[in-house]
Amino acid sequence: MIESITILSGRGKQGISETVRRIDFKMGDVVSIVGPTGSGKTTLINDIELFADGTTPTGRTVLINGMQPSSEYRDNPACNPIALITQHTTFLSDLPVHEFLKAHARIRSNSDRGSQELIQQTLDFANQLTGEPIVLTSQMTELSGGQTRALLIADATIICNTPIVLLDEVENAGIHRTRALELLRQYKKIFVFVTHDPRIALLSDYRIIMRQGCITDVLYASEEERECAVRVSHLDDLLTKMRDKLRYGERLTIEELEGVL
Amino acid sequence: MKLVVCAGPATTGKTAVLRHMIRKLLAKNLRSAFLKIDVQYAEEDEIFAREFEIPTRKVYSGELCPDHCNVMVLGDALRWASDESCQVLMVETAGLCLRCSPYVDGGLGMVVLEATSGMNLPLKVGPMLSLADIAVITKIDRVSQAEREVFRYRIQDVAPQVRIREVNALYGIGIDPLVASVEAFPDAGENLLLRGNPPVGTCTICVGKKEVGWQAHFGVVRALDNQVFYRGE
Repeated sequence: MIESITILSGRGKQGISETVRRIDFKMGDVVSIVGPTGSGKTTLINDIELFADGTTPTGRTVLINGMQPSSEYRDNPACNPIALITQHTTFLSDLPVHEFLKAHARIRSNSDRGSQELIQQTLDFANQLTGEPIVLTSQMTELSGGQTRALLIADATIICNTPIVLLDEVENAGIHRTRALELLRQYKKIFVFVTHDPRIALLSDYRIIMRQGCITDVLYASEEERECAVRVSHLDDLLTKMRDKLRYGERLTIEELEGVL
Repeated sequence: MKLVVCAGPATTGKTAVLRHMIRKLLAKNLRSAFLKIDVQYAEEDEIFAREFEIPTRKVYSGELCPDHCNVMVLGDALRWASDESCQVLMVETAGLCLRCSPYVDGGLGMVVLEATSGMNLPLKVGPMLSLADIAVITKIDRVSQAEREVFRYRIQDVAPQVRIREVNALYGIGIDPLVASVEAFPDAGENLLLRGNPPVGTCTICVGKKEVGWQAHFGVVRALDNQVFYRGE
């Protein structure tokens, strides 16, 4: 059973040593990694995915339950406790959604009934994150960007059911982010978001700050920031609403911004 | 001399994987010689010679199939690598036809497959996969976890004894276990044998008969309705 992951510090660009010596992710944590483009966010999750042992370019070490990870995690991909979804990740199979999920569920569940349940749960999960619901008979390649992201996250969380899920800038495709975080919190896993999105950053338990390849700080969301998160969400919702109106050919009015801006 | 024979379809990242392996082997004071076998164009030999200052060569198989060409030149290549005082010979081959495989007893057989090539690929590639020691899967960040898992599962299904390594060949992630496998592999002996049974060799096309239709050919013939595969021994 995985209970925690630990990151021991390494070096950033130009060989600068990291000042944050150690970070522990506990099961159930929702974590964000933030920093400007090129600050080393993706490299950090690559280190986690690889169970870096001091030999990666950053020199970081990743421990599981405070110890060096069992070689099985590395040697047998089927035992890999990490699911990774990046901004490049997509579905390539040209199959109906149902066929596709069945192929995946079958290798995770021994019974037909078990895999049927997994498929239904995955679909229900994904459909809470998207605007337009995903239909089981539609082709995978017909899914919209948002539907694809939603299904990727749902599939990794429910069918893969790995204890650790890494999500690299998945917010851009228009999924319900507040809902996503609420739903993910029901699953006791470690979720690590690489994100530029204020809502995800503020709704996480804590955020890791990156600069020039180094972890420079770990910030826990303060009471005030939790308050901010609510307001940021309102702002974000307002923008989403305005975007939708424009999409559907409606007109915007100043009234909608009253009291907000 | 340790021998590594690396096969895989075009654009899967064979060269990228080997580049990281060569670099890591050099860091352990194991010098590699590199031989590229391709049909009509390759430049990896020049790139590696520039990048690592190691002895490299290439052979164009031309009218031979690349795997056939590999069998012809491998003995010479081992002697060449030894004369160049290398400890490892890396052979990269195109592996074009899916009926045979270039691996030999006495050398580490490595197939490089890309996760992006579809979940059915493991079912299609035949002995290039099933006779390998290690299947290296590249481009793992590009496909969904679902496809990655199904891909992996299907490799285990058709080739249960093949070790699977998932790597990100762009960033060199997951390469260390490959290097460890090379180090752990015994040196290649004198008399090397091709690992698999070659496909039946009397090909009337290969000897120049161009007429279309099985009636014009002899040896192994196939009609549209005859779906029986002849699989060698």
